[in-house]
Amino acid sequence: MAKPSELLGRPAAPGIATGPLFRLAGGVIAAGDASGAPQAGTGELLQAIEAAIADLTALAAATDDAGAEILEFQIAMLEDPALRAPALAAIGAGAPASRAWREALDQQIAGYTNAEDDYFRARAADLTDLRDRVLVRLAGGGAAAATPRGAILLGDDLMPSRFLEIDWSGGGGIALAGGSPTSHVAMLARARGVPMVVGLGTPAAAVDGHAQAAIDGAAGRIILHPTETHLADLARRSAAAAAARRADDLALREPAVTVDGTRISVMVNIADPAELEGFDPSLCDGIGLVRTELLFHGAGGLPDEDRQYTAYRRILEWAAGRPVTIRTLDAGGDKPIPGLTAPGESNPFLGLRGIRLSLDRPEIFAVQLRALARAAMHGALKVMLPMVTIPRELEAARALFAAEVARLEADGVPGRLPPLGMMVEVPAAALAIEGFDAAFFSIGSNDLIQYTTASARDSDAVAALADPRNPAVLRLIGEVARHGAAAGREVSLCGDMAGDPAYLPALLAAGLTALSVAPVALAGVKAAVRRERASHG
Amino acid sequence: MLTHAVGLHARPSVKLTKLAKTFGASIEFGLSGSGPWIDAKSIVKVMATKVPQNSTLHFRATGQDAGAAVQALIDLVERDFDEGAMNGEA
Repeated sequence: MAKPSELLGRPAAPGIATGPLFRLAGGVIAAGDASGAPQAGTGELLQAIEAAIADLTALAAATDDAGAEILEFQIAMLEDPALRAPALAAIGAGAPASRAWREALDQQIAGYTNAEDDYFRARAADLTDLRDRVLVRLAGGGAAAATPRGAILLGDDLMPSRFLEIDWSGGGGIALAGGSPTSHVAMLARARGVPMVVGLGTPAAAVDGHAQAAIDGAAGRIILHPTETHLADLARRSAAAAAARRADDLALREPAVTVDGTRISVMVNIADPAELEGFDPSLCDGIGLVRTELLFHGAGGLPDEDRQYTAYRRILEWAAGRPVTIRTLDAGGDKPIPGLTAPGESNPFLGLRGIRLSLDRPEIFAVQLRALARAAMHGALKVMLPMVTIPRELEAARALFAAEVARLEADGVPGRLPPLGMMVEVPAAALAIEGFDAAFFSIGSNDLIQYTTASARDSDAVAALADPRNPAVLRLIGEVARHGAAAGREVSLCGDMAGDPAYLPALLAAGLTALSVAPVALAGVKAAVRRERASHG
Repeated sequence: MLTHAVGLHARPSVKLTKLAKTFGASIEFGLSGSGPWIDAKSIVKVMATKVPQNSTLHFRATGQDAGAAVQALIDLVERDFDEGAMNGEA
């Protein structure tokens, strides 16, 4: 039995999980320990091989020349009857398909691992890739969503789109050699309650990818080959966290009112309408942020008007009259969208992103605005623009929006212009907030902190500088809240800062009365509000 | 009987087996004239042979188009698999 060992990184999303490690390899998933159904036989193996060939063929079509040649080699290997012959013989002799395939391929792999020539030795990785691809297919996994349920994913980094393809309903966690707690993947992990540790330092390739592992997200800790003692300790911590959650859940059913009687509106952030399934809308005060990027990441390219309209309408109907703030497409920065965002920007966080990109591509923006205008007929929709820097951007977007509403009217399609607000995440906007005629302001603390402290949110090395309590950040938040109160415009805060009760006193002191948090943080924030005072004077 | 400039790496092996499969004849190659003989249509077996640079390849074939097959494969090896001598990293 392998000895337990520990990897220490930085916490990115709290939570505790145990499961098999599952290696993420350069965007392509390889199975660490996928096991097929024991009754699977010849037919299943041949189907799995065919499926793996189809996956590789599709991948090759989407890959550059050098990559495609490697894939062509892999496909040729998989197609060769000689590769599968020993496995088929073993199945004939009574072995289950997954074991027969694994042993046949391991024998091939050993042949390469022992080669004298570097080049042939390196081909062991190709064979390993093929072995795992077919095993994943045998286990019933799909091409993209081929991670076994409940696995701890191990990799150097993880793309947000990849995270979104994975089925997390069976638990699991994320362990990354690189990454950052402020990346979008970390945000998504917190929203879905998936434990995540970043900055492990040890390259993912150096970790035994077949190990059982336990992850303690809050402690930033991965334990390989955990012992019974480890598991018991984690179970205790997990139970303590669950008890705290139960206490919070009591607060979840109550309105969030401070000790001195100030009602705080606590809303939720969502990225996917699927997050609303099984979630009771009466527990929150509405949706403070709907991210629309996910819609634009689906297969088949950019979503058409009807697909967007259907998605927005579904969210509004769920909210049953509560306010829903949908943010227009916030692509760019660390959220590239192929075919839309500008490639090759040397500093994408300061580049063509958010409203800048939408105004640069009005033909795509118009489709979203039309879908939003139509959805506005089905609930209390508010629309906000990301990354607004100067008032002219807000006015340009408003004019485009009005033009689309007029076109809908001319076409006889029901639609209306919803209240138009803006994100406050650029310091230039926060400092000159009185110049913006927005219906409401929503402070995007993640970007506001990044831009105010000049600390990239995807850089672990400067993460300590990106401090939400930096006095400059708190002063900007206070300025915006003050302006909103004076001008009668609602101000809320929808970044990660809102979801961490540790920052609640500072936010209340800044004068905020509306917060929007990840659904998993809702109970904790509402409970924290009930312990705080709004006025500290 | 031929000497080639790159080892039978992935890309040349793909080319060799693809070409061999266009013939009906059964085609084999060996690193010596007395074998052992390797099925030239199986990429798995070709790669497993781990043919190094500057080896001499011997071909033999049986079947209707055996002569044409051997000639086509010799041509491919003579052309260094249509790759530059430096080019075998796929």
